[in-house]
Amino acid sequence: MDAFLLWFDEFWAVYSNLILTLGINALLALSIWLTLACGLLALANAAFMGIGAYAGALATMNYDSPFALSLVVAMAAPSLVALAIGVPVLRLGGVYLAMATLGFGEVVRVVILNTESITGGALGLNGIPQQTQWWHVALALAIVVFMLARLHRSKTGRAFEAIKVDETAAGLMGIDLRAHKLLAFVLGAAIAGLAGALNAHLTFFIGPQEYGFDRGVEILTMAILGGIGSLIGPVIGAFFLTLLPELLRGLADFRLIVNGLILVSVVLFLPNGLWDPARIRNWFGARR
Amino acid sequence: MLELASISKSFGGLKVLDHVSLKVPQGAIFGLIGPNGAGKTTVFNLITGLIPPTSGTITFDGTDLAGLAPHRITRLGIARTFQNIRIFNEMSLLENVLVGRHRHINYGVAEMLFSLPRYRAQEEAARARALELLGWVGLAGKAGEIADTLSYGEQRRLEIARALATEPRLLLLDEPVAGMNPAEKTELMSAVRAINARGYTIFLIEHDMRFVMGLCERVAVLNFGRIITCDKPEAVRNNHDVIEAYLGRDDEADTRETA
Repeated sequence: MDAFLLWFDEFWAVYSNLILTLGINALLALSIWLTLACGLLALANAAFMGIGAYAGALATMNYDSPFALSLVVAMAAPSLVALAIGVPVLRLGGVYLAMATLGFGEVVRVVILNTESITGGALGLNGIPQQTQWWHVALALAIVVFMLARLHRSKTGRAFEAIKVDETAAGLMGIDLRAHKLLAFVLGAAIAGLAGALNAHLTFFIGPQEYGFDRGVEILTMAILGGIGSLIGPVIGAFFLTLLPELLRGLADFRLIVNGLILVSVVLFLPNGLWDPARIRNWFGARR
Repeated sequence: MLELASISKSFGGLKVLDHVSLKVPQGAIFGLIGPNGAGKTTVFNLITGLIPPTSGTITFDGTDLAGLAPHRITRLGIARTFQNIRIFNEMSLLENVLVGRHRHINYGVAEMLFSLPRYRAQEEAARARALELLGWVGLAGKAGEIADTLSYGEQRRLEIARALATEPRLLLLDEPVAGMNPAEKTELMSAVRAINARGYTIFLIEHDMRFVMGLCERVAVLNFGRIITCDKPEAVRNNHDVIEAYLGRDDEADTRETA
């Protein structure tokens, strides 16, 4: 028993950051899942994560706010921003929405860079208290998954799916398209902000380059790779994409090449993502 | 009940509808026929708010529909089906109809999150009503199946059930029997009659003459964007202009005139 505890302590010392990152990435993948479930390709989640991270970290550092309150601030700030930009931006669809939200992300990055007195500019924020415990992340993920699962099964979830499949038909079913899209966008922003603040209070340091285009694409990849047909998909996608580089560490210089090859193969051969309930049903012959 | 007053619609330089006036009386089965490209579906798109008219007004029970979003018009009590079927393919039949119940399911966020009694009662009631509506169109036995697996005719009937789920007073059917075989047509005819008998006003567009003439109390004929007649089926059938619109003018008479 003692030997195990010793082993575990060592394991935890090495891998705790990775394990917490798994949970945070899962939250990010779920945040974009909400808009994808509505058929919206909105790529602002990295920016919302950044807003949450900065808002939470600044609340903790400058106002000595308790951790729970910092997290609330970190969810509220991106939600309000999402509400403000969602009204005009969500009138767009398809590629145009993707472009507009990417542009918004760039604006957020530049604003953070240039408000040096508050955000530290390009140098970032240093010395954020490390308050994120493993159970904070676990609890946040559990609550978010629970709420989204309930939402998915409710009339709102059905409305999201209807909008994704056929917007015109959904509108003619009496569904308020704009209100539902805005809801998905704002809720996604809140979850991304929560992930950002949890991450900021884990890594001690945050900088504007962490919330740019790369991060946005990574979040999208996690959700699509896992599969957006259900809630399980994005979580699996996040785990997969986070663990893969670690598992390939032995390959040294070839790591990124193999990493890329695996991602391409998954997309080619599993177009609906890793977690595709219909395919799994087929495998086990439960269907017809 | 529904009144179109001098509705015109142009797409660029193309005048699709030209001062169309129609009155659909409460409780009726009203038909709109016309050759391909006459502008029939455009009439439905205007009524349901998918596109705005260039001029003219549409009123429903005295309410002007101008500028209302489609979901608002649905909430006033107008529902429709589509000529090119637009069901939610990957959902089950039951879920398709439940989407139509959207407005009639009421619960708060807390009730939804914790599956409180009100949530369960509302969902249960919606389910029961959805099954009842599927029964009206003869699909209750397939409620759990994925909509994609249905035959063409069944998908059309599913669309009707889904439209009814919004609890409309006026039901617009866009070519409800297109692509159906004769047996299916007869079946749908009695289904539509039964729905009408339950108090729903029905306004339908159709190509199939037997279907229209057998069902409708009044039929309007649209040709090149104009209403050429609006009358009882027998009168429409014998109307000279209508015959000409469908079959073309007598060639012999034509040559004699020009000669």
